[in-house]
Amino acid sequence: MPQEFVPIVLFLLVAIGFAGVTLLPSRLLQTNKYNKVKLDPYECGIQPATDARDRYSIRYYLVAMLFVIFDVETVFMFPWAVILEELGWFGLIEMMVFLFILVVGFVYAWKKGALEWA
Amino acid sequence: MGEWLLFYAFSLVAILASALVIGQRNPMYSVLLLVASFGASAGLYVQLDAPFVAVTQIIVYAGAVMVLFLYVVMLLNQPREDASEWDRTHPLRRPGLARLGAILAALLVVELGWALVRSGTLGAFTGDTSSLASVRTIGQVMFSDYVFAFEATSVLILAALVGGVYLAHREGSR
Amino acid sequence: MTSTHYLVLSAALFMIGVFGVVTRRNIVIIFMSIELMLNAVNINLIAFSLQWGNSLGQVFTIFVIAVAAAEAAVGLGIILALYRNKETINIDEMNVMKW
Repeated sequence: MPQEFVPIVLFLLVAIGFAGVTLLPSRLLQTNKYNKVKLDPYECGIQPATDARDRYSIRYYLVAMLFVIFDVETVFMFPWAVILEELGWFGLIEMMVFLFILVVGFVYAWKKGALEWA
Repeated sequence: MGEWLLFYAFSLVAILASALVIGQRNPMYSVLLLVASFGASAGLYVQLDAPFVAVTQIIVYAGAVMVLFLYVVMLLNQPREDASEWDRTHPLRRPGLARLGAILAALLVVELGWALVRSGTLGAFTGDTSSLASVRTIGQVMFSDYVFAFEATSVLILAALVGGVYLAHREGSR
Repeated sequence: MTSTHYLVLSAALFMIGVFGVVTRRNIVIIFMSIELMLNAVNINLIAFSLQWGNSLGQVFTIFVIAVAAAEAAVGLGIILALYRNKETINIDEMNVMKW
């Protein structure tokens, strides 16, 4: 069992190592001269209009919530897809009922305007 | 040997991160520490022959649900609690119903400890664990005996979707 | 490696969650403590799944994760609606429905 996870551990180590290799030497080599402008967020040269820690729009929450809901749906579809041939028509109808109920919710969110971004 | 090392490493990360979650003043740090705690739990699931659940934990819990929490923290935009709001009285000395809750929590802790002592050591893992890790087995159980639970979950998710959209979305609001 | 180790670990995580719910006043952190408790239960289910060689525990964990996701979606929506009306995330000030 653990041998199969060696690639994942390697992947993790590479990710952490990359972050460390890029951040640590630049931290060690940089010169430290204080300048208030340097603390501004990078805005392609445009003067920043407001503070970055402003209150966010509620739409971000709605999108994140829809993402969570359909993420859970996908988790249930994965084991279903693996044994679909064993289940046959019964499994297909089962999943269609599941998806239909969720599509009802999706239509509600759509009609309610949760997906509009204006 | 390596198994023990991994177990203690993951447990230590999980417990430390969880303890720090409830000790932070800034909810933003709490969310990130909770992600670490869930990641350590996912490592334990892998050790327990449950890779599919571990992946689900990472994708749904550490990935999606925690992003939701992060958005809510940013939406509320109250990075730290005021020191005056930080109630320093001991929960057992608070007036009224708060004390009842604290007493119930303390009872729960005693009960859990008692149950752990009574259960004794369970011995090494028994039973046939050869097919446990496969997604196929999970699917077979989920779509034969627990079809109804599966379909009920869809209704639950529908209720959550409708409720979440209704609560968060108001016409004419920001 | 035995289930007892995992039982102790999950009991510890559960107690941390209970402690957070009782002591903290920030509603978002209380919510996170509830997620911690759900996660502790999941560890138990998976440990017993391996103990008895039965994958039912894993199936139930998937259901618990689904319930937790649904709960987070609605609960955080309630927190946002409360904040919109009362401008606070301190749970002591949310006492409209208290008798």
